[in-house]
Amino acid sequence: MHQTFDAALGINLLHANQDGADHNREHFDEWGMICLNVMSSPGAGKTALLEKTLAALTDELKIVVIEGDMTTRLDAERLEQYGVPVIAINTGRSCHLDSKMVAGGLHQLVADYDPTEFDLVLVENVGNLVCPAEFEIGEHAKVALLSVTEGEDKPLKYPIMFQEADCLLITKTDLAPYLEVDVDRIAANVRQMNPNVTIIPVSAKTGEGLDVWFNWIRLQLLGLPQFRVKHKFFDSVSA
Amino acid sequence: MHETDLTKALILTVKDWWEAQPQKPKIEALHLVIGHFTCVEPVGLQFAFEVQTRGTFLDGVKLQIEEIPLIAFCHPCEREYRPEIGLKYSCPECGSPMEDIRSGRELKIDRIEYSFLTQETPQETVSYASNL
Repeated sequence: MHQTFDAALGINLLHANQDGADHNREHFDEWGMICLNVMSSPGAGKTALLEKTLAALTDELKIVVIEGDMTTRLDAERLEQYGVPVIAINTGRSCHLDSKMVAGGLHQLVADYDPTEFDLVLVENVGNLVCPAEFEIGEHAKVALLSVTEGEDKPLKYPIMFQEADCLLITKTDLAPYLEVDVDRIAANVRQMNPNVTIIPVSAKTGEGLDVWFNWIRLQLLGLPQFRVKHKFFDSVSA
Repeated sequence: MHETDLTKALILTVKDWWEAQPQKPKIEALHLVIGHFTCVEPVGLQFAFEVQTRGTFLDGVKLQIEEIPLIAFCHPCEREYRPEIGLKYSCPECGSPMEDIRSGRELKIDRIEYSFLTQETPQETVSYASNL
C-alpha cells in the first residue's frame, strides 16, 4: 500500500538569507555603524550620488563602501578616489546582493580595518529594480533611486522596490525641464503604495537637494547611541 | 533571474528537512505559497526547480504553487480591496494609499508530501551536491 504523509513546514523561502541579514545587522549595531542599502535600475545615478556623498561627508564621518557589481570594478575605482575603503563584490550572474555576499565583504573589512572606527556603510547594490528589493542584507534603511529619465510609471510597474524604500531620491532633476516628466507625479505614484517614504528630489550635477540627503543620513546616524559617544559634538542636538 | 537563487534556497531547506528524518522518505510533492505582490514568477520557479533538481533526491518531485492575490485593507473605508498591480494601489473608494497589506507578500514553503518505499531496503545515498 502506498501511503502519503504531510509535513507542515511553513518556512519562508528566504529564511536563510534573512538569518544572514539579521546576523549582519547585529555586527553593524555592535560596531556602531549604520548600513544603507542603495538600490535602483542601472544608470539611475547611484555611483554619482555616492561620489557626491563621499566628497561632502568624509571629513565628518568615517565611511566604507560595499560596491556590488555583476562583473566589473569600474564603479569601485570611481569611489576609491575619495580615500575611503571600497570593498568590491562581483556577483557574477546574480542580479542582486544577498546577505551572504555582504557578510563576505564584512569579513574583508574586519581583516583590513577596525570596524568600530566606522560610522556608515554605504552598499551600492546591483542595478536592478526587481530582485534587490526581495533580499535583505542587514541594512538599517533602504534607499531607492529613480531618475526622471525613467518615467513616472516605474513605481507602478516595480512596486516592491518603492514600497520597501525608506527614502526615495528622485535623481537627475536638472533634466526634468527637457523631458515630459512630472516629478510630483512620480512622488504621488510612490505614495500610493508607500505613504511614509521620505522623498528627496536631487541632482548630482547641480547639487539640488543634496544637503537634504546629507541631513537625512545624519538623522539615521543620530539613532545610534554609540555614534553619539563617538561624535560628542552631536550631543547637544540629540539630547 | 533570481528564481534560480530562490530555487537554491528552496532545495537547501528541503534537504535540511530530509536529512533530519530518521528514515529518509521519498518526497512526492512540495507545496509553496507565493503571493502576487512579490518579485517571483511561478513559471520561472517551476523551470528553475526542474533544471536544478535533475539527478538529485528531488528529481521528478512535483512543485505545487498556490498563488495568493494582493489584498489590502483601507482603514478609512474599513474594507478590503484588491489593488491593481501595475496600475493603481490606492483605495478605489477614497484614494487612501495602500498601507495595510493583508495578503500577497507570501514566499513560503507550506508543506511537504512524502511517502516511504514499501521494501525495507535502505535508500542509496543520493548525490545531489553537484548542481547546488
